[in-house]
Amino acid sequence: MIPLSWYLVLAAALFSLGLYGVLARKNAIAILMGVELMLNAVNVNLVAFWRYLTPDSVSGQAFAVMVFAVAAAEVAVGLALVISIYRRRKTVAADEINLMKW
Amino acid sequence: MTIATLTWLIPLPPLLAFFLILLFTRRNNAISHIVGVGTAALSWLLGMIVFIAAIGAEHLGENPITSSVGWLALGDKIFSIGVLIDPLSAVTLFFVAWTVLMIFIYSIGYHNFGQPKGAHDVPGLPPEGAEEHGHRVPSVEPMYARFFAFIGLFAFGMYTLVVSDNLLTLFVGWEIMGLCSYLLIGFWYAKPSAKAAAIKAFMTTRVGDVFMLLGIVALYSATGTLSFREILYSHEVLETLANTPAGVWGLSAAGLIGLLLFIGTVGKSAQWPLHVWLPDAMEGPTPVSAMIHAATMVSAGVYMVLRMFPLLSAGWVEGGDLTTTMTVMAFIGAFTALFAATIALAQKDIKRVLAYSTISQLGYMIAALGIGAYVAAAFHLVTHAFFKALLFLGSGSVIHGMEHGVLQTGEHIDAQDMFNMGGLKSKMPITFWTFLIGGFALSGFPLITAGFWSKDEILADAFANGRWIVFGVLALAAVLTAFYTMRQITLTFLGTPRTKAAEHASESVRTMTLPLIVLAVFAIGAGWVGIPESFPGIGGVLPSWFHDFVGGTLLEHPPAAVFNATPLLVSFAVALGGLGLGWLAYRRSGQTDPLRQPLGPIYTLLERKYYFDELYDWLFVRPVKWFAEQFTYLFLDRQVIDGILHRIARAAFSLGRIFRTYFDAPVVNGFGDFTASVTQSFGRALRKIQTGQVQQYLLFVALLAFGGLFYYLLTILQ
Repeated sequence: MIPLSWYLVLAAALFSLGLYGVLARKNAIAILMGVELMLNAVNVNLVAFWRYLTPDSVSGQAFAVMVFAVAAAEVAVGLALVISIYRRRKTVAADEINLMKW
Repeated sequence: MTIATLTWLIPLPPLLAFFLILLFTRRNNAISHIVGVGTAALSWLLGMIVFIAAIGAEHLGENPITSSVGWLALGDKIFSIGVLIDPLSAVTLFFVAWTVLMIFIYSIGYHNFGQPKGAHDVPGLPPEGAEEHGHRVPSVEPMYARFFAFIGLFAFGMYTLVVSDNLLTLFVGWEIMGLCSYLLIGFWYAKPSAKAAAIKAFMTTRVGDVFMLLGIVALYSATGTLSFREILYSHEVLETLANTPAGVWGLSAAGLIGLLLFIGTVGKSAQWPLHVWLPDAMEGPTPVSAMIHAATMVSAGVYMVLRMFPLLSAGWVEGGDLTTTMTVMAFIGAFTALFAATIALAQKDIKRVLAYSTISQLGYMIAALGIGAYVAAAFHLVTHAFFKALLFLGSGSVIHGMEHGVLQTGEHIDAQDMFNMGGLKSKMPITFWTFLIGGFALSGFPLITAGFWSKDEILADAFANGRWIVFGVLALAAVLTAFYTMRQITLTFLGTPRTKAAEHASESVRTMTLPLIVLAVFAIGAGWVGIPESFPGIGGVLPSWFHDFVGGTLLEHPPAAVFNATPLLVSFAVALGGLGLGWLAYRRSGQTDPLRQPLGPIYTLLERKYYFDELYDWLFVRPVKWFAEQFTYLFLDRQVIDGILHRIARAAFSLGRIFRTYFDAPVVNGFGDFTASVTQSFGRALRKIQTGQVQQYLLFVALLAFGGLFYYLLTILQ
């Protein structure tokens, strides 16, 4: 059987990829995709811990489902914002969108 | 309702009118005068009921109508106020009620009710007349309603004074009248002369009032009461007062108090040396002059000394030597009677002649009281009130008629100057006949007029008691009185008109002539109640009611003077002689006084009223003004008080500056500024991290999260 640590390493790698994508990509849509990667890394962790540590309870799976739902909502709102900002500024590059500057 | 309760109510209607008119109805002339005259009529009705009840009562002097209530708790005593109707207040009430009502009615016509408003009339000046159908006609008084309010208050003051049973409420009424005389003499306040006259009247009577108040206080501290019954009808109290030395000029306590009270009368009844205000009081509208001169104010002064007569004469027995106080009264009264009569000889203004005759007649009364002729003084007070009210209202009617002529002809003449009149007899018949009756009553025309009987009684009393000086002076004054009265009648009504205005004069309206007729009836009839029993021929036909009735006011009823032919003949001679001489001297008078030439400088002296105004101006007014200007204003006010204030201000200012420089600016402001600048610099430094780059923010978050995680791991691993 594959040990738990492999899943954790996979999740950490996935999270790091996602974080890199969020911090390094300029395209807002790519940033959103990075965020999705990070969320799914968490999901991998949740499911792995459930399977290895508390297989009797369903809370791990329930959390994972909850995260899916929230992620879907977040993407919906995020994409709507991206479309809206594209219509106004004709760009989706994150470093060009600095309206909240001091 | 008992008579005593009705007595309480007598003064109140005019007071009600005062408030009603001023608060509610002053915009409407008709309602205002209905309220004014209506309340005066109500008081008159109450007064008559009380008077009839009073003359019907047996021994009213011993058992007067009284009623009182506790008013003010003073220590363990209660000061009561109340009403008292004894014979003296009953007869006073009678003439006050009649004259007041007549004056109220007369005022309607005098102030031109029903006439149009004048285009140039302003409040505070006499109406100048209006244009109607191309004619100049008299215009209504701009402050018509206010006038009725003021005379209402005046009537309230007089009624209060008459029905009072103690000196304090009497003094209250007295002072209310002082105020009203000020308000009404200065009724046309935009005229500088009226304004000055109002102030003069108020200030001069104030001199007397201060002494009177001192007298009241002295009386209260000596006896512990101010009630007339308790002081004047108690042998014990009077004797104690008469025998206690006051420590001043050898006077007794009663003498000193009496003298102080008498000075109040000198001011109020315009006796020498405080007579100067009364002639100037002619600046007010004529009904006011009648009100002041006949019905109320000056009568109040004589009424007060009549009321206090038992105190003034304490220590004196009928026929005995006069006390100091009485001597002073006799002297001042007789002197004033003669002195004012001489001034009246040379006056041109129809009202001023009457003003001086009032002073002179009041002097008669005071002199009569001074020699102990109590009943005669009271009698003359009553008859004088009637004929003097009649004369004043008559002169008002003359002035009114003259003003009518002035409006018609457009002449610029003084409508009050007798030398502009003449021949008014045919133009104003009612005014002429009533004025003639009043004038004859004033001169003491024998047998018919009221003035004869009262004046004769005073002269007879003086003669019977051997007061030769008083008798002589009063007789001389009576000649002069008759002389100037006839001068006035001749100049005004007889002969031919001296000006066009006099030719166009016309009779006054009915509201003015009706009071004249009523008062004329009294100017004759009021004397018949006092014909001495022993008078030859007609004595005893009518009972000598007045003497018995009013004499009952005193503890010991004064005996009637024994009849003597000498004073009677003197009375006849002075009245007829004066009248005859007056007619002879003035029947052909032109516009200058025929006496001016022969009398020369004396005439000027009389015309200028012995220079008393100038003397008082030099003696009192100027020094006071100088003192006020130089000492009070320039030194005390500007230097001392202002100096102190300025110094305080300067000290406060520099103290403030010290606080500002050394505490407020460095400490309080410094702290505030410091807090603000620190906050600002922090803000300036920290705003650099707000780049607007969402990825940078996230990087910070990630780094901090990692840092925190590492720190956490490091701590738990150790």
